[in-house]
Amino acid sequence: MSPKVLLNNKEVNIILHRLACQLIEKHTDFSNTVLIGLQPRGIFLAQRIKALLIENYNLSEVHLGLLDITFYRDDFRRSDKVLEANSTEIDFLIENKRVVFIDDVLYTGRSIRAALTAIQSFGRPSEIELLTLIDRRFSRHLPIQPDYRGRQVDAINDEKVLVNWKESSGEDAVYLIKN
Amino acid sequence: MSELSVDHLLGIKYLKNSDIDLIFETADHFKKVINRPIKKVPSLRDITIANLFFENSTRTKLSFELAQKRLSADVINFSSGQSSVSKGETLVDTVNNILSMKVDMVVMRHPNPGAASFLSKHIDAQIINAGDGAHEHPTQALLDTYSIREKYGEVKGKKVVIVGDILHSRVALSNIFALQLQGAEVMVCGPKTLMPKHINKLGVKVETNLLKALNWCDIANMLRVQNERMEISYFPSTREYTQQYGVTKAVLESLDKEITIMHPGPINRGVEITSEVADSGQAIILNQVENGVAIRMAVMYLLASKIKQ
Repeated sequence: MSPKVLLNNKEVNIILHRLACQLIEKHTDFSNTVLIGLQPRGIFLAQRIKALLIENYNLSEVHLGLLDITFYRDDFRRSDKVLEANSTEIDFLIENKRVVFIDDVLYTGRSIRAALTAIQSFGRPSEIELLTLIDRRFSRHLPIQPDYRGRQVDAINDEKVLVNWKESSGEDAVYLIKN
Repeated sequence: MSELSVDHLLGIKYLKNSDIDLIFETADHFKKVINRPIKKVPSLRDITIANLFFENSTRTKLSFELAQKRLSADVINFSSGQSSVSKGETLVDTVNNILSMKVDMVVMRHPNPGAASFLSKHIDAQIINAGDGAHEHPTQALLDTYSIREKYGEVKGKKVVIVGDILHSRVALSNIFALQLQGAEVMVCGPKTLMPKHINKLGVKVETNLLKALNWCDIANMLRVQNERMEISYFPSTREYTQQYGVTKAVLESLDKEITIMHPGPINRGVEITSEVADSGQAIILNQVENGVAIRMAVMYLLASKIKQ
């Protein structure tokens, strides 16, 4: 079966603007807020949101860090592959900051659970929120919900949500793929 | 390639270059972890590791133990001095007893060459060789090579001389294998009495003149004179050894270029190198110690990922 298009280029663009506006509504000038893109797939979305905030909404400075959760995951030795790490780049203090986690798809919630543990190595944030482009709402294993969501998707477990970004795949689009 | 080709770390001899690359890339991540305010990750929280030291060790044991704790593993320590080994228990019995306590991984130092390899054939646990006699000391070679990579960006094409007691040194043998796999040129330098007979068959240059060796190299790894392994005298006196093979500030200043000084520790200050040299900017001895923890975390993380649930 051919993949079903969940979001096309234009829809992704509209949603990114909406998410940026929702962030501004809550965080105003971002002076005490930091964005944290989750490796590996969340970093494109995080970079886009940051660029939008600066270029289209005239914010002077938005801090963006990248967080790798590999060593904090709960499926070490449970999957067949060795979990390969990505780089973590957080060159500012998290202490007392308002943190916004950014990831492309929220599925079981386990990555977010790992990220919540991982971020503690960098200090104690005053609060943590979650922004996600796609929320697969009936697939959660843990009580974790997004604060900002692009689109809610009802996908069953043998379906896969694929998010493509211009930077890595040449187009902005989201597909639903049947395995 | 995201998995080691081996189930145990018995020696560098059994590794491929891609294994070393993977260990180094993983160590890069762990080096960042151990420089954070909270230096611990939960990866190995359901793994138990036994450190069996049948021979004295301070820094290797500390480094392994710290690495294990940084990975959240449970650790038990065993030193032969206080154990039943002195009552005549065999190695396999000792280890099997410890394994009945459900240990997943064993880090072992033993005075006999091949002890780690022997163990890996007889027991069901991941084995890491922390030094077996005068044979291999793989994690030391990995951290030495990693420290060179860190300072120079790559190991390939670098000229490294290993100076001193090559005959009794497991560090020398493991270093030769690791450096060659990574594409470095290796020379060994020391008195003829401390040079194994057929060492040139390993593809290394052999030199007995320290100044010539230092002028050739980019990096000099100064081995410790291991008095405890020498039942007979291999050189007339420590003083004579120092005069011929000791690196002093004056020796370094007489060279055309600035070379890097390494030492696996513990240093006999004033024998292999003077205090001035050991504490100078050219020495990366303390970087080696820090890198040792990151390298050991990487090795244990990668081996532990092969233990199936």
